Amino acid sequence: MTTTDVTAAPAVPRPLARQKREKREFGALNGLAHLALLGWAIATAGPLIWVILASFKSNTEIFLGKPFALPSSFSFATYADAWTEANIGQYFLNSVFVVAIGTAGTMLFGSMAAYVLARYEFRGNRFLYYLFVSGLAFPTFMAITPLFFILKNLGLINTFTGLILVYIAYSLPFTVFFLAAFFKSLPHEIDEAATVDGASHTRKFFQIMMPMAKSGLISITIFNIVGQWNQYLLPVAIMQGAGADSKWVLTQGIANISVQAGYHAEWSTLFAALTLTILPMIVVYAIFQRQIQAGLTAGAVK
Amino acid sequence: MRHGRTPFIIGFLAVPVALYATFVVAAYIQTFQLAFTNWSGLGTIKYVGFDNFERLWNDDLFWRSVGHNLYLLILLPIITIAIALVFAFLLNAGGGSHGGKTRGIFGSKFYRVIFFFPQLMALAIVAVIFGRVFSTDESGMLNGLFPESWSPWLFLADERWALTCILAVMVWQAVGFYVVLFSAGMGSIEQEVYEAAALDGANRITLFFKITIPLLWNTLQVAWVYLGIAAFDAFALVNIMSVDRGGPDGATSVLAMMIYRNAFEYSQAGYASALGVALFFLTLTFAALTLRVTRREAH
Repeated sequence: MTTTDVTAAPAVPRPLARQKREKREFGALNGLAHLALLGWAIATAGPLIWVILASFKSNTEIFLGKPFALPSSFSFATYADAWTEANIGQYFLNSVFVVAIGTAGTMLFGSMAAYVLARYEFRGNRFLYYLFVSGLAFPTFMAITPLFFILKNLGLINTFTGLILVYIAYSLPFTVFFLAAFFKSLPHEIDEAATVDGASHTRKFFQIMMPMAKSGLISITIFNIVGQWNQYLLPVAIMQGAGADSKWVLTQGIANISVQAGYHAEWSTLFAALTLTILPMIVVYAIFQRQIQAGLTAGAVK
Repeated sequence: MRHGRTPFIIGFLAVPVALYATFVVAAYIQTFQLAFTNWSGLGTIKYVGFDNFERLWNDDLFWRSVGHNLYLLILLPIITIAIALVFAFLLNAGGGSHGGKTRGIFGSKFYRVIFFFPQLMALAIVAVIFGRVFSTDESGMLNGLFPESWSPWLFLADERWALTCILAVMVWQAVGFYVVLFSAGMGSIEQEVYEAAALDGANRITLFFKITIPLLWNTLQVAWVYLGIAAFDAFALVNIMSVDRGGPDGATSVLAMMIYRNAFEYSQAGYASALGVALFFLTLTFAALTLRVTRREAH
């Protein structure tokens, strides 16, 4: 009803001069809008394109040529250097390993805790829930000093086990917070029907609740993969000591290559290493762009 | 029907609670404990009362670091939210109204995809890239772009501008995320509201201030909190990008950087924990202030 009113209304003729003025104002604004948006798009993509171009350039070209000039030749020698000598391959695999197990563990334990806290009443339920959620409020590095010594006492410094366990523990607050809300919103009828049919609590969780919570689980999985892949403080604090450099994750490794490159002012390997890090992300992002945006903004939209 | 309920609850909670208690809760509690010791990280632990806090009170670098965190805490949300709001509005309603419907600007999907990408990158990687972008010689992207007659800009090596460079990188990375977030919020505002206002002769700027912002208020609050948390961090950027990690001459030092160096380089676990406690109270103050402002705005 209202829509008919609205669409009918513009038919009422307005003074011609005003219409014209509006049109001109509109055009100017539109041009400015495009200019601003294009400017920001260039500012966003520019540094990344520059890195990729520079990865093919010699040191001399990087210093003397224009930043966005094409490289004189496309040689992949710097890439081979970055992959083997600068250990990017190793760091990459370490990251994949740690994040794969870390995220799997986070999702398993996070959804277990969230499910029980969301759908079972027992003494201490609220206390545990708020204990988990309060972890959202405080920055990680506030506790980084004692965390190091806790791991040291357990013999977990400079081990993948230690890093993975810490990743899981520090991913729990958000995972539990988000999934508890999600499990709470699932209907109770199916739950009850399954109980009448004699399904055990554990079976109900894995065979009924988890599939029903799929969309929430996917969002949080993406959120955790990106979060753990991008961790820097935790690995820097935990993966130190003798022989640690073979266990570094990608962020740590790149930062170190950058320091090394600085000593020799030899940049092309660093740019190749950066490209090897960024390109897979661009590819993954291009394919899963919608899911990734949904996953990362999930917590904020709620 | 209630068969096995208690074992099930315990079984499901045991591992997550144990992990969380060991690595998170215990660590936070021990921060408060260690703050009252002069422990170096090795040997016996000796309690020294409020010595660490006295030292902190008289530590110039501490106050400068707090100042830098506050600088980021104020400017990062304001600048990021302002830019993101304008872009989100242009993307959603920038096409003007045609046939009574507000439309997104041409290419809005393309812009959204590009803008969002930096959010996906680790801050550490962003820091390495911008360390090169801001390079003080001709190998830097910006100095390479400037006309050759200019003398090279110092960027991160200039005490006056180093922190601003770090702020700029944080804004660069954050804007896209909030464009997407605000776009989602704007998408859920009823078309009729805009149409009715447009009929009353409101132009786009009036629409923006009188309709979009008030209806988006909840999302803006979330954005403020997220950006506030990010402003308390900045560790990766300062550690990787800045000159002398916190320099030049302390110009980019932030609390996170101080905690890290005291804990792992100066063997000052006690003092590092005291800094952690200071950070705790700063975060708490920020949270309380945010809540307070939120409540007032709700009325």
